[in-house]
Amino acid sequence: MGVRILFLGPLRDIAGEPEREVPAPLDWAGLLAAVGPDIADQLREPRVHVACGSRVLGDKTRLDAREGDEVALLPPVSGG
Amino acid sequence: MARLALSTPLDVRLLARGLSVGEALAAFNAAHGEAGGIVSFLGKVRPDGDVRALELTHYEPLTLPGMQELASSAQARFELDGALVWHRVGVMVPGEAIVMVAAAARHRRNAFEGADYLMDHLKSAAWLWKREKRGNGWHWVEPRGADRTDLDRWK
Repeated sequence: MGVRILFLGPLRDIAGEPEREVPAPLDWAGLLAAVGPDIADQLREPRVHVACGSRVLGDKTRLDAREGDEVALLPPVSGG
Repeated sequence: MARLALSTPLDVRLLARGLSVGEALAAFNAAHGEAGGIVSFLGKVRPDGDVRALELTHYEPLTLPGMQELASSAQARFELDGALVWHRVGVMVPGEAIVMVAAAARHRRNAFEGADYLMDHLKSAAWLWKREKRGNGWHWVEPRGADRTDLDRWK
């Protein structure tokens, strides 16, 4: 089952797909390696957030995703 | 006529289809008979240049819970009798409603501020991503600096 990485908003276009499945467990270094250099660059920006298991991480570099977790990559929002 | 049923005091929704402004306001008004005033705001897709359509995407596990928290914080901060927070997702065309908020309070100042606070937070702190379809294809909308400044007013 692994870990499902979701690309939200403009990250979806950079990734070329809405989601990708990778083997568990997944930490920050593993995430950067799994998403490719362009998205890894975005992820290093403070305004891009990461959620794991429906919670936005206060410190994304402490990501610790396990089997079955969903990891959402959240670029800056633009609502209303 | 069967009236639209709202949950009280807070009615927070993500809508995949168009919203009926009149029906929503009538139901909100009826649900808050004790309020001294209701302030509402309706945001629409601006017919800007060659914008043909606008699409809003969200992330189910975060977007609606985040809007519910926002509504609760507005209620507590401005002593609102109630709030309505509705946001469209999906594809819209110019002239269509994107967002509607309403705040009911004992006194008008709280209702005005509550609606203003809700909108500033929906614009720059809700988990929503917007893209526009122009003559040459789809373009993601970058957050505006002004949205951030608007948000800072409440800190």
